[in-house]
Amino acid sequence: MTDLVIRGGTVIDESGERRADVVVSDGEIAAIGTDLDAPAGAIVIDAGGCVVAPGLVDLHTHLRQPGKEEAETVESGSRAAALGGYTAVLAMPNTTPAIDCAGIVREVQALAGTALCDVEVSGAITVGRAGERLSPMAEMSALGVRIFTDDGTGVQDDLLMRRALEYASGLGVTLAQHCEVTALSAGTSMHEGEWSSRLGIPGQPSEAEELMVMRDIALSRLTGGRIHFQHLSTAGSVAMVQAAKAGGLPVTAEAAPHHFTLTDACCQTYDAVYKVHPPLRSEGDRLAIVAGLRSDTIDAIATDHAPHARQDKERPFDEAAPGMLGLEYALSLALTELGLGMADVLARLSWQPARIAGISEHHGGRLVEGRRANLCVIDPTATWTIDASGGASRSSNVPYAGRTVTGRVRHTVLAGEPVVLDGEAQR
Amino acid sequence: MSAGTAPVSDLLSIADLDRHGIVELLDLADHFTEINRRSIPKVPALRGKTVVSLFYEDSTRTRLSFETAAKRLGADTMTFSVATSSVKKGESIRDTVQTIDAFGVDCFVVRHKSSGVPHQIAGWTDASVVNGGDGWHAHPTQALLDAYTLRTHLGSLRGRHIAIVGDIKHSRVARSDIECFTALGATVTLVAPPTLLPPSLEGWPVQVSHDLDAVLPTVDVCALLRIQLERMTDGLIPSLREYTEFFGLTVRRAALLRPGALITHPGPMNRGVEIAPEVADASNAVITEQVANGVAVRMAVLFLLLGQPSQLPPLSEGPE
Repeated sequence: MTDLVIRGGTVIDESGERRADVVVSDGEIAAIGTDLDAPAGAIVIDAGGCVVAPGLVDLHTHLRQPGKEEAETVESGSRAAALGGYTAVLAMPNTTPAIDCAGIVREVQALAGTALCDVEVSGAITVGRAGERLSPMAEMSALGVRIFTDDGTGVQDDLLMRRALEYASGLGVTLAQHCEVTALSAGTSMHEGEWSSRLGIPGQPSEAEELMVMRDIALSRLTGGRIHFQHLSTAGSVAMVQAAKAGGLPVTAEAAPHHFTLTDACCQTYDAVYKVHPPLRSEGDRLAIVAGLRSDTIDAIATDHAPHARQDKERPFDEAAPGMLGLEYALSLALTELGLGMADVLARLSWQPARIAGISEHHGGRLVEGRRANLCVIDPTATWTIDASGGASRSSNVPYAGRTVTGRVRHTVLAGEPVVLDGEAQR
Repeated sequence: MSAGTAPVSDLLSIADLDRHGIVELLDLADHFTEINRRSIPKVPALRGKTVVSLFYEDSTRTRLSFETAAKRLGADTMTFSVATSSVKKGESIRDTVQTIDAFGVDCFVVRHKSSGVPHQIAGWTDASVVNGGDGWHAHPTQALLDAYTLRTHLGSLRGRHIAIVGDIKHSRVARSDIECFTALGATVTLVAPPTLLPPSLEGWPVQVSHDLDAVLPTVDVCALLRIQLERMTDGLIPSLREYTEFFGLTVRRAALLRPGALITHPGPMNRGVEIAPEVADASNAVITEQVANGVAVRMAVLFLLLGQPSQLPPLSEGPE
């Protein structure tokens, strides 16, 4: 593999910030320091004015393979991820069939072999994500699965969730929960409140999420089991997670870019591009998510990148598929909307999620000699306008079209390979 | 697309008309009421225009009312019935709309069980779109004909007190009535059990009561809504019997109304549930008038969207 030199940038990683060049050789960081010589034949990347950081890590990506290849594939989704600065994504198991046994884990891992980022596979907590009996977590964990979730739905049964937490703790894996009590959310398409009432769209209350957050905190206390809360969307959820953390419970949380940028008022156009689960909430909830991210109550920004083919989105609002794209926009939206500095944004997009995913050996962390070269180079001043094309995704359900943001990924390096150069995917 | 010269516009909700626009439309409806009284109630104001009824949800009175209105204006009509269409074969709404559009049509009248579908369709066609009722969201022509009916009796809605009684939460009629009545200066009180009210009334210019007996003596109009049997199975009300006991306009309760107070119902009625049969047939119940006025109001809507002011047919008597 050709060597790389990333020259003239500001390196920001978990240990802080410094001016340094980075020499990459054989997929690893060969040297990091000032005024390094380029090895003969090396590709030189000018990072003047840019930030050189560990690659981003997404805890919540729907790659849609197997089963929904018209919406996304491991390849197309990983290309979008690389363009967004990600060197690792966690593929959600709500595929068709669900990733709920070793065979499907192996299938997705095989597809990941040629991806433009590392694809970590999550497994379902229950067989078929049906919420009735535990999936074979041990055999999946033996293949490297570290996160289990029934994402798309939450485990409704209290006893089954208790058992799952107990069983998972023996494997050293983490359960991630999509918190939604279906008894309160069935048949709904948006947040319940002023706008749902006005628009005549059945809404789900914040409490549909909060009741499950509350229960899972209680079950974590009961079992000592580790829980990661996915895509928190309400002020009440943030407050409960904050209290649980203060009480020393092993809980972590993520929030999605759309929940810190958009509100339920977007739904007044009846454009189903704004339909997502959990739904876009009120302005008060949005501000609580921003505050939760700023205070580190919410550990990670996770995209919930959810591609859907046009025919599944271009439907009556209540019949349309929920979800929106995120991989190519998350960093820019975070830099633009959160009022956090670059290092704080990167903490929530790189090393903190890497730790939750259990992949800190190769992602996030510190850029030091000998470490695998998973990097991204960010131009913090580039201002650009998001278009409706959907970028590298096979789908185009972009809720941010027309929004102007600041900060953009220029280069992404995966294990020493420049998979994105000057904003262009290299394969 | 026919080469219409009028700027194409839509009636998706009452909010598309301001107060002035509503009054203008009701005045126009007066004109068409006059025409409807003629022995041959037909004028060529929309000759050459094509109006399509795109009804994804069952409806008798609204569809027939629109089609009658279109025909009396000389427009050609097409009826799209889901039961016999390619929707059964999985065709998307957008494809259906664009297919019909290709025939060259001027107006879609849309009804759908999902809120927002007329808004979506308006984005996919240059033809005018009239909302014939979408989900729980809006039914603007019903509200206009309700306002028209009330205006013929009360002169004006300004300062009038109107109770809207029943399943507000799931009612597109209620949402449009509220917008229309309050725009015309009326005060509106919603009367329903809390389970049949929207979860939030933030920004709604209404009062709320759960006590129909207390409200009835104070109103000029009691606007009833249809209660659907499924509300009981959804656990929103314990039983229809209990609903009737507390929110039905029974004979006893109708006697609490002031003399001259009107009773409306958008139909179809559940006699014996939200309205007693004797009350439905009483002289102050204007329910069949609502239906009759629906044609004139929908003629006004279609003319407003598709017609040229210069083509407004002259009245048979009196100066133009």
